[in-house]
Amino acid sequence: MSVDTATVARIASLARIKVSEGELEAMVPELNGILNWVEQLGEVNVEGVEPMTAVIPNTLRLRADVVNADPLTGGGIRDAVLANAPAAEHGFFGVPKVIE
Amino acid sequence: MTGLTDLGLIAIRDGVAKGEFTAVEVAQAFNAAVADAQEALNAFIVTTPEAALSAAAKVDADRSAGKELGKLAGVPIGMKDLFATKGVQTSAASKILEGFTPQYESTVSQKLWDAGAGMLGKLNLDQFAMGSSNESSAFGPAISPWRRKGDTAALTAGGSSGGSSAAVAARLCPAATGTDTGGSIRQPAAFTGISGIKPTYGRCSRWGIVAFASSLDQAGPMAHDVADCALMLEAMAGFDPKDATSLDMPVPDWSALLNADLKVKKVGIPREYRIEGLNADVAKAWDDGIAWLKDAGAEVVDISLPHSKYALATYYIIAPAEASSNLARYDGVRYGLRDLPDGANLQDMYAATRAAGFGAEVKRRILIGTYVLSAGFYDAYYTQAQKVRTLISRDFEEAFKQCDVILAPTAPTPAFALGEKSNPLDLYLGDVFSVPASLAGLPAMSVPAGLSSDGLPLGLQIIGRPFDEQGVLNAGLAIEQRAQFSAKPEKWW
Repeated sequence: MSVDTATVARIASLARIKVSEGELEAMVPELNGILNWVEQLGEVNVEGVEPMTAVIPNTLRLRADVVNADPLTGGGIRDAVLANAPAAEHGFFGVPKVIE
Repeated sequence: MTGLTDLGLIAIRDGVAKGEFTAVEVAQAFNAAVADAQEALNAFIVTTPEAALSAAAKVDADRSAGKELGKLAGVPIGMKDLFATKGVQTSAASKILEGFTPQYESTVSQKLWDAGAGMLGKLNLDQFAMGSSNESSAFGPAISPWRRKGDTAALTAGGSSGGSSAAVAARLCPAATGTDTGGSIRQPAAFTGISGIKPTYGRCSRWGIVAFASSLDQAGPMAHDVADCALMLEAMAGFDPKDATSLDMPVPDWSALLNADLKVKKVGIPREYRIEGLNADVAKAWDDGIAWLKDAGAEVVDISLPHSKYALATYYIIAPAEASSNLARYDGVRYGLRDLPDGANLQDMYAATRAAGFGAEVKRRILIGTYVLSAGFYDAYYTQAQKVRTLISRDFEEAFKQCDVILAPTAPTPAFALGEKSNPLDLYLGDVFSVPASLAGLPAMSVPAGLSSDGLPLGLQIIGRPFDEQGVLNAGLAIEQRAQFSAKPEKWW
């Protein structure tokens, strides 16, 4: 399978990355080079093989059902959460207008 | 004070404990070395001399007060700029996180500070740890302190932990943290003549490490030798409830249990790694390694890892797929860069921010990842890759029925010059020997084996069973004792 300019433009849009026409042109052969190379996996016989879900067998844990059981990851730290926001306003994340 | 910067981690810890020198003297010596080399080697993105001094002063005060000292008391280290450090910029070598100042400390870095280590600075890396040469850093690549004989061309210190390897090799720090997703600890260690170990997946908490490919990312130490790596790994590892894949297992006393006697041990040599046209120096180092392990008492057995040839392609589907998902968080809203063109709506802002903030390699991987996960292609690429990953993992399980550890080269060539590999695929192929162990979550380390014909370090890789870091370290030590690698880069910076 190979990708064309329109496909790369669609992927870039899905990935929310703006690309110029010039960048698109350059990306098409690069991505095709990589995709053609990974195609080789198609020749591997995987009949009856389960896809890997965890490299090291592990069980999912439940934490205690307690509010702020770990203060590092608990709540009540609004200012710390907002500290790195490029446009925090009135205790919220600021974004461009989304309702016309 | 001269000579302090030549000491390794254990020598510094012991010297401070015995009062041969103070932790502050050590920190001052390394701070000076860091400042002296910064312009030429670009190993650090941010230096933190004050942090190193204050941690050292606390160790000296604790010692004076007769308090018990930590495992790494008085040792200043470099921190890969992928670990969140409270109050100190954590950029992942990207523009999108430039200026990001974490409000919290990663589990691994916190454990190191708790053990008495201090921070010299945040080390350069490939952007978001995506790369094998450090050239994708938004702050310019770290430069290797090594040069080819009779040549001044700037060489790569490897990647992604290239700042870490350059800094340890140039004696700017006795040890540094690294992270390894497909070889990012082992390959830079091999390129610069130092040791580094990636433990079993889950040994070190990923909490607070900027995520690249979560099913592969593992932190580990990079240091002068095997014993230093063993001790530092003890300080870094351990169960963390904040990481869902953290291993709930005790951390062994790896450094105390080091034993280079390999009698009754079997070392597997994977025949598929004898790739056609393997660099002659690398092939010779591998043969030397086989002879050294035999000399240490091990029996050498031929093994097969039949799906090895598919490991790279598998990796370059899975890692970008996970990256495209992990990096969706950089949206210009919560942290980092925001690019808001005039009249832009929210969607435009996302796209403009991500276009301005991500480098070319990061964009390439996000696009590949988005494509292989997109409707209609998911099964053909991603599910297929996860199935092949199962087969690769199974290959190792079968092999470990016949042997205790596996010996292979770390990288197919010595370090290359910056700018030499301009095609992304060429760079990807350099990960051929390191990626399989990552896909299987196995502990693996690189130790220096010798020099190439043009005077560059070569590394040997030891891969072990899950949770058998001890076996890996022991075989590493057996090689270290016999390789007698003492070459150092000549100071030109």
